[in-house]
Amino acid sequence: MAETNTKKGLLGGLLNLPNDDPKKTLFIAILLCLICSVMVSTAAVYLRPIQDDNKKDDIKKNILAVTGLSDQAGTVDEIFSQFEVKLVDLSTGNYADNNIDPVSYDQRAAAADPQTSIKLDDKEDIASIGRRAKYAPVYILKDGDTIKQVVLPVHGYGLWSTLYGFLALEGDFNTVRGLRFYEQAETPGLGGEVDNPKWRAQWAGKKIFDAEGNVEIRVIRGHVEPNTVNAQYKVDGLSGATLTSNGVTNLLQFWLGDEGFGPYLKKMHSELGK
Amino acid sequence: MASQAKNNVIDPLIDNNPITLQVLGICSALAVTTNMTSALIMSLALTTVTAFSSACISAIRKHIPSSIRIIVQMTIIASLVIIVDQILKAYAFEASKQLSVFVGLIITNCIVLGRAEAYAMKNPPMLSFLDGIGNGLGYSLILMLVAFCRELLGAGKLFGHQVIPVASDGGWYVPNGLMLLPPSAFFVIGLLIWAVRSWKKEQVEAPDYQIHQVHRTEVL
Repeated sequence: MAETNTKKGLLGGLLNLPNDDPKKTLFIAILLCLICSVMVSTAAVYLRPIQDDNKKDDIKKNILAVTGLSDQAGTVDEIFSQFEVKLVDLSTGNYADNNIDPVSYDQRAAAADPQTSIKLDDKEDIASIGRRAKYAPVYILKDGDTIKQVVLPVHGYGLWSTLYGFLALEGDFNTVRGLRFYEQAETPGLGGEVDNPKWRAQWAGKKIFDAEGNVEIRVIRGHVEPNTVNAQYKVDGLSGATLTSNGVTNLLQFWLGDEGFGPYLKKMHSELGK
Repeated sequence: MASQAKNNVIDPLIDNNPITLQVLGICSALAVTTNMTSALIMSLALTTVTAFSSACISAIRKHIPSSIRIIVQMTIIASLVIIVDQILKAYAFEASKQLSVFVGLIITNCIVLGRAEAYAMKNPPMLSFLDGIGNGLGYSLILMLVAFCRELLGAGKLFGHQVIPVASDGGWYVPNGLMLLPPSAFFVIGLLIWAVRSWKKEQVEAPDYQIHQVHRTEVL
């Protein structure tokens, strides 16, 4: 009997069984699953730190690129250390006074957790993101005591995918410095042109709020004539990518509006006058 | 043996190409061929997975119970794909962002399972490994050709470098936007199959039905 043999004998006994024997089938299935799961988990665990570094590095690089600092000398980490990272309580617009570390704060994980996020109803959810985290990080670049730039994380749904990006604003909290997406899966060549440097370059200098404080900035269809009224709020549409263009408009309207960074930006703007 | 090994690598390039002759792996050929960089990474990933999965499956082929044979093959393929995906995320982060789900979808690529079932189950590991390499290269060849046409005509670029000045940058070439959409890959692959079959006549299949005139007198 195989059971009375030593372990090696048991293994040998099982392998010597005909292939269609149920015992052998079960044995092969379990053994294979064990070996494969060990291989997969080893790869995942061993490579995790490198992957996390890549992700963090990518976000930092994008923040530097959107603020125009990537030309500065030094490593990514050195340049990035000029930024002050703070958490904003989106509902009040104040800086959060809790103990969460803003650098390691994961807005995406927070948005998925009912404890740390709010559900948006259909009317509020123009960016189609479902839930919004209660807190969001902002990256502030200061020159002495005056704020030179502030970078806001934004995201929203385009045509195929959620676009994740950063919007950099000048110190007046109304002028765009740049907009850049670091993660999107729109159609390459059409919606994917949100990554086109020429298209991105148009954002610099655009204004967000009109005189009444409404979010006016948008991507229009076609080309913006520079001399028309309100041209300062408008950006050229991406040809052949109306839905992605609308998605960009929607996500900006959402994140700059009352459900997003609106209260924070208004508060900061009014403090400028003091 | 040596000639068999050589055949395993050379044969799938044109004479028995997985895409143009067997018409397998078409979905990913449509999805990742908008630019040559992602097509290249996808090709490397698929070749690696096909080669190693064929070798692994072949090594244990005498102990695979036939009742769970496909599941065993899929488990091995899936594990390898996850490992390749993890490695790409760690060492080729930009490329893995572009390829997104398509690396994961190698699991469902018919070429991998096709080679496992058709070759690796009946042949020794080394030959199976080479067979996997050959089929991977055959797939890569077509992918690179399709990506070359699509990226060049669709964006005027090759590997992301502008080679034809496009009209939006003040050049003369107006890019063909259709080339960047999935249907164009169908056209390019179709034209490729046509070209290969005009060159290699033996690849032309016999028609399933022969229409022939039936005269009334024959029926009676």
